[in-house]
Amino acid sequence: MKAILRVLGLPALLVLAWWAYSASADNFYVPDPGRVAAAFAETWFGERLLDDALPSLGRLLAGYVVATAVGVGLGVPIGLSARLRATAEPVLEFFRAIPPPVLVPLIMLLAGIDDTMKVLVIVSGCVWPILLNTVEGVRALDGVLADTCRMYGISRRHLILRGASPQIMAGLRQALSVGIILMVISEMFASSSGLGFTIVLFQRGFQIAEMWSGILLLGLLGFALSTAFRWCERRILFWHWSNRA
Amino acid sequence: MLEVTGLRKVYGSREAVRDLTFSIDRGELVCVVGPSGCGKTTLLRCIAGLLPATAGTVSVAGVPVTGPPPDMAVVFQEYGRSLFPWMTVRQNVELPLKERKVAKERRERLVSESLAAVGLADVPGAYPWQLSGGMQQRVAIARAIAYEPRVLLMDEPFAAVDAQTRAELEDLILALWQRLGTTTLFVTHDIDEAVYLGQRVVVLSSSPTVVLEDLKIDLPAERDQLATRALPRFADLRGHVYAQIQKAKGVR
Ligand SMILES: Nc1ncnc2c1ncn2[C@@H]1O[C@H](COP(=O)(O)OP(=O)(O)OP(=O)(O)O)[C@@H](O)[C@H]1O
Ligand SMILES: [Mg+2]
Repeated sequence: MKAILRVLGLPALLVLAWWAYSASADNFYVPDPGRVAAAFAETWFGERLLDDALPSLGRLLAGYVVATAVGVGLGVPIGLSARLRATAEPVLEFFRAIPPPVLVPLIMLLAGIDDTMKVLVIVSGCVWPILLNTVEGVRALDGVLADTCRMYGISRRHLILRGASPQIMAGLRQALSVGIILMVISEMFASSSGLGFTIVLFQRGFQIAEMWSGILLLGLLGFALSTAFRWCERRILFWHWSNRA
Repeated sequence: MLEVTGLRKVYGSREAVRDLTFSIDRGELVCVVGPSGCGKTTLLRCIAGLLPATAGTVSVAGVPVTGPPPDMAVVFQEYGRSLFPWMTVRQNVELPLKERKVAKERRERLVSESLAAVGLADVPGAYPWQLSGGMQQRVAIARAIAYEPRVLLMDEPFAAVDAQTRAELEDLILALWQRLGTTTLFVTHDIDEAVYLGQRVVVLSSSPTVVLEDLKIDLPAERDQLATRALPRFADLRGHVYAQIQKAKGVR
């Protein structure tokens, strides 16, 4: 009972405060929670789920997977070679410093305005935290374990990915939140479907409760994804957490 | 079996090891003792082929060492970092055999036997971080003997465990050595430990390191923590080694 209260207490309070504000202020742009909930059910439990939400998620997943493959695939060799690192690191830091949304107009010019563009935008943002964390994780692999591998003829593939996985997972976690942001932004430009597109559409059509429900959906989505991520992470890094316990 | 000739190692401008020459016969257990920082780990890594020497040679059974020899095993000082934390005890011991493509049946027998030999038959499914330091070092020893090396190197394997565990592990090493007859080089900074374990003790000076003495330990072959350490001869040998190291310090 206490546990339930602790988890649900603050959200309940926030909804209450929202409700109190919307009731007292009578602001057209801040509908009360009941109306938003109704709009949520109406808007999202139907076609829009298939036409807008799922494609958004699909592009996010595609971009995330590509970014992971590229980030880890390049990060391992760079992490292993001091020479490659010296050459590549300043350049990587530069690219990482470019805010990915500004790449949207450029990628639109280069790749058009279809799904490829949106996936590329997501990749362009997600790849950096994954790549840089992989480089760092591989670079800092334990020397004693590396000696053990050499001594006992153990191939390094047993060591590299697992040994660097705590860092790689940290990169993947950052990339997930970057990915969600870019998923929405890429759909706000020249798009005809997707969650970002839909929210802008509602805003332009003064469908305020519907717009709020879209924001709510994105929040829930981000929460669900990060919960799922934590679940995976705990399984993959079971040895790591317990180490530090 | 193992020959070290004129070994020298310079790190940058720092001469860690000046000139080491000694050899170990087949089946011998030899201890190398030297003060902290005298280059024991450096010596061991050169013998293991993990570190190129600046000058001099190491050879195993007449073959010069240029990289880690396939029939050599090492127990490292940092037991916590030499086991794979994401693998169970059993997987850790088995991995080198798997990589060497030892047939499954034989592999399983070797792993079970060596775990039993170090007294860990009942925890094969545990992860290293669930075990105490002494038990982790036992896993590392089990991995080394399952590998069936011709030469076994140990770098201060018990420096980080408590005294009680240390005595147990010393006797474990003696028992295993008597049973398997593996040529063993045991590195330590502890004079007592060196005299207690070794058939011979190679005494090193502080850095830049040379061999001070190659001392035969003429104690009875059967060693016992209480009886052996109480022998007058044990005290003599230990005092002798201590004096050697002190004298070498005085010269500098
Ligand atoms: N990679 C390295 N680069 C430079 N100097 C080193 C390196 N490794 C060791 N040294 C130096 O060489 C000397 C010998 O080091 P080594 O670790 O071999 O000593 P040790 O006898 O094993 O010491 P300990 O008793 O602390 O284990 C030390 O003074 C150390 O500072
Ligand atoms: Mg050392």
